[in-house]
Amino acid sequence: MADQTLDAKGLNCPLPILRAKKALQTLGAGGTLEVLATDPGSVKDFEAFCRTTGNELVESSTEGNVYRFVLRKSA
Amino acid sequence: MADTGSERRAKRMSIIVTKGTLDWAYPPFILATTAAAMGLDVTMFFTFYGLPLLLKNLDLQLSPLGNPAMKMPVAGMHMGMPNLASMIPGVDAAASTMMTRLMRKKGVATIEDLRGLAVESGIRMIACQMTMDLFDYTLKDMIEGPELGGAATYIDVATQSEINLFI
Repeated sequence: MADQTLDAKGLNCPLPILRAKKALQTLGAGGTLEVLATDPGSVKDFEAFCRTTGNELVESSTEGNVYRFVLRKSA
Repeated sequence: MADTGSERRAKRMSIIVTKGTLDWAYPPFILATTAAAMGLDVTMFFTFYGLPLLLKNLDLQLSPLGNPAMKMPVAGMHMGMPNLASMIPGVDAAASTMMTRLMRKKGVATIEDLRGLAVESGIRMIACQMTMDLFDYTLKDMIEGPELGGAATYIDVATQSEINLFI
């Protein structure tokens, strides 16, 4: 289980990323955030977000039309 | 992270914002807020028709006139608007309302929301002094946060930024 879950379903670009960033700020280093989204663009966007910010994308999966990401906050 | 060399500072991005219609207000605010979320220091320079995006009360409109690429999804198809029809009074307002509804339905943020997030995330906003004079605006008409500046202020920012956009 992730430390925190963010429901970003129904939100379009760039809101899932912006909300995720906000949620990450409340976590300590090493904390994990689960993000649920329906925006298909979020798959590539969360990869890119993590690559640039140094947070780790632990998981990226799809269930039906919901995309699930787990991010681990960098130190 | 993958930074090589001695530079430790955050990467920087600047955007010159020149358009203030409902549709064109989006790209600068989307890119600015996203870049800030990704750890970049962002500066937005508002000039000419981009300047009204800083007004306290936004009244954003768009026009299908002279915009053949604007095709709205209607009843399973995509409908454009001939210029002759776009010229009829009220069509711009109707098209703007339609776009606003479509955006809400698709979970697209409002410009007010994105602008609020931009302010909140510490994005530096510069209002073009010359445009302020030209169109008789003062900082009192604007939201809290923007500073005044001119071309040299922008160029100074641009020379220190990895990404410089003109929108």
